[in-house]
Amino acid sequence: MIEIEGLTKTFGEGPTAFTALDDVSVTIQSNEFFTLLGPSGCGKTTLLRTIAGFLDPTRGKLTLDGEDLLSKPPHHRPVNTVFQSYALFPHMTVSENIAFGLQMLKRPKAEISATVSEMLELVQMTAMADRKTAQISGGQQQRVALARALAPRPKVLLLDEPLSALDFKLRKEMQLELKRLQHETGITFVFVTHDQEEALTMSDRIAVMNAGTIRQIGGPRDIYDHPAERFVADFIGDTNFLKAQMLSTEGAGSKVRLSSGAEIMAKPAQGEPPATNGASVTLAVRPEHADLCDPNGALLAGSLKNVVYFGTDTHYHVGLESGEMFILRRQNQPGHTQNWATGDRVGLDFAPGTAQILKD
Amino acid sequence: MRKGFDVRRQPGFTAIAMGCFILLYLPIILLVAYSFNAGESIAIWEGFSWRWYASAWENEQVKDATIRSLILAASSSAVATTAAVLAALATTRSKPWRGQTVVFAMVNQPLMVPEIVTAVSLLIVFAVVKSFTGYTGLGYLILAHSAFCIPFAYMPVRARLQGMDLSLEQAGSDLYGTPLQVFRHITLPQLWPGILAGAMLAFVISLDDVVITEFVKSAGQDTLPTYMLGQLRRVVTPEINAISTALLAISVIMVTAFFFINKTRK
Ligand SMILES: Nc1ncnc2c1ncn2[C@@H]1O[C@H](COP(=O)(O)OP(=O)(O)OP(=O)(O)O)[C@@H](O)[C@H]1O
Ligand SMILES: [Mg+2]
Repeated sequence: MIEIEGLTKTFGEGPTAFTALDDVSVTIQSNEFFTLLGPSGCGKTTLLRTIAGFLDPTRGKLTLDGEDLLSKPPHHRPVNTVFQSYALFPHMTVSENIAFGLQMLKRPKAEISATVSEMLELVQMTAMADRKTAQISGGQQQRVALARALAPRPKVLLLDEPLSALDFKLRKEMQLELKRLQHETGITFVFVTHDQEEALTMSDRIAVMNAGTIRQIGGPRDIYDHPAERFVADFIGDTNFLKAQMLSTEGAGSKVRLSSGAEIMAKPAQGEPPATNGASVTLAVRPEHADLCDPNGALLAGSLKNVVYFGTDTHYHVGLESGEMFILRRQNQPGHTQNWATGDRVGLDFAPGTAQILKD
Repeated sequence: MRKGFDVRRQPGFTAIAMGCFILLYLPIILLVAYSFNAGESIAIWEGFSWRWYASAWENEQVKDATIRSLILAASSSAVATTAAVLAALATTRSKPWRGQTVVFAMVNQPLMVPEIVTAVSLLIVFAVVKSFTGYTGLGYLILAHSAFCIPFAYMPVRARLQGMDLSLEQAGSDLYGTPLQVFRHITLPQLWPGILAGAMLAFVISLDDVVITEFVKSAGQDTLPTYMLGQLRRVVTPEINAISTALLAISVIMVTAFFFINKTRK
């Protein structure tokens, strides 16, 4: 179990000081697949480097299974890293790279060569075992970096966008392999990615980061269905934002009034006391949760601005009467005839309890 | 349309460049040519012969000075390179520390202080040490040469370290290498070209030093350059040319090797 408390990292001093991590607190369970997700520059790599020991935080606590990590140098931490830039040793072959950690741990020769072949097989690099690392492709380097970090069987594996250079098919394969490894080895995975789909499909829990802070932590479903704030709703998946007015809170739901005057039940913001009645709030509605309908008696109405065909589904861009733009997504079914054309006046509908109220 | 500025098309540039090349290389070419002179003069050509090479080879004083020069160059290059590697590590691989700039300047001091000043100061210091210890061996020369060779060994090593990806060393320590193991298995193998280049530069610099050697050496401690200087005060024969040509050959080979190593391993 990794416990991180109040971790802060400030680069530089004085007017040029930059806070890359701002009071980050999180507990990562043993053998959890924990993903850090966030836009470029939000501090994901900085957090990983602090856990690995390459950076000393300005403030904060970091323990692994109750043991303080910050007082230990990197080579005493049972943590391995798959570097974003791979950082393979250029003067060694692929198998020498993979063997390095085990050699430093003074494991017996037989064990080392057995583990190395096992790892080579795992990342499908057996044929290139004796190549220098400069003589293999970017995707292959990434796989060697993964094998090298896995070989010593650390307690925690830190992965900094380990699959970003792989093509679609190989990436899917490696995703499955990583999940399998996590189950079989009991290693805790701290995984960094830009790719929200990858995060949603692989993670036990996801931390969504922005500007050095963790905005929300939760399971993939939690994060997707109950985004706590506008940033998270916007970053994970596509979302439509609607202005609304809070009417009342009834049990687990809240009644809101939309810009059209229609009233509907929505999910209240997580972990927040419900907004006061009459307050204006923002609603998040996923594109696939809404549907087109007859404008008469619909929740919202507007004119159809654009229809974009995507193969599996079609996106409809609706300019609402309130001036907001709403994008909705309908799956293309066989025999599904399209009833709407650009310029039509259309209605919008979504079920009660699907819209999420966001904290401001 | 007007073409961009091109140095080669400017009138006079070719002539100036040629002039510089002639000034630089003509004396050297003449020196090499007359080392093969059959006659006794360094100015009148009397035909080709290996005579002066043979004579230099058999000259006990030359032999003695050559051996001393090589020992001196090898040991001071070794000492200087070791010190330079440590200095380069301290100035590139540690957190910025107070006085780092001062140390950087001190390491490079021999490049800035006039050689004659260093020579005189060393003469004074070593005279005192000699009178106390009675030691008159080669140690003084090795120390002195090591000192002024350090910046030459330091520069290529430092350049190499700065060009090296820090994350490699981090990966080494991430994979349980102690700082010493990381240095041995990760840093050093990639640093070799820089170290070799630095050592060779230091060797060449030590090999042809005159000023400091002349001031620091004890009696009977001639190196090749100081021996040649001494000869100039007497009769000058093409033997000097032969020795110079041999020295030149060594220097050229080493400097060429230096560029070669720097190029291929980068
Ligand atoms: N050594 C440093 N000195 C100053 N600023 C730094 C340093 N290292 C990182 N930063 C800054 O800290 C912020 C966070 O960087 P970090 O590498 O953690 O981002 P990231 O989330 O991993 O981004 P990406 O997804 O692009 O890899 C960035 O704005 C970066 O410019
Ligand atoms: Mg990063």
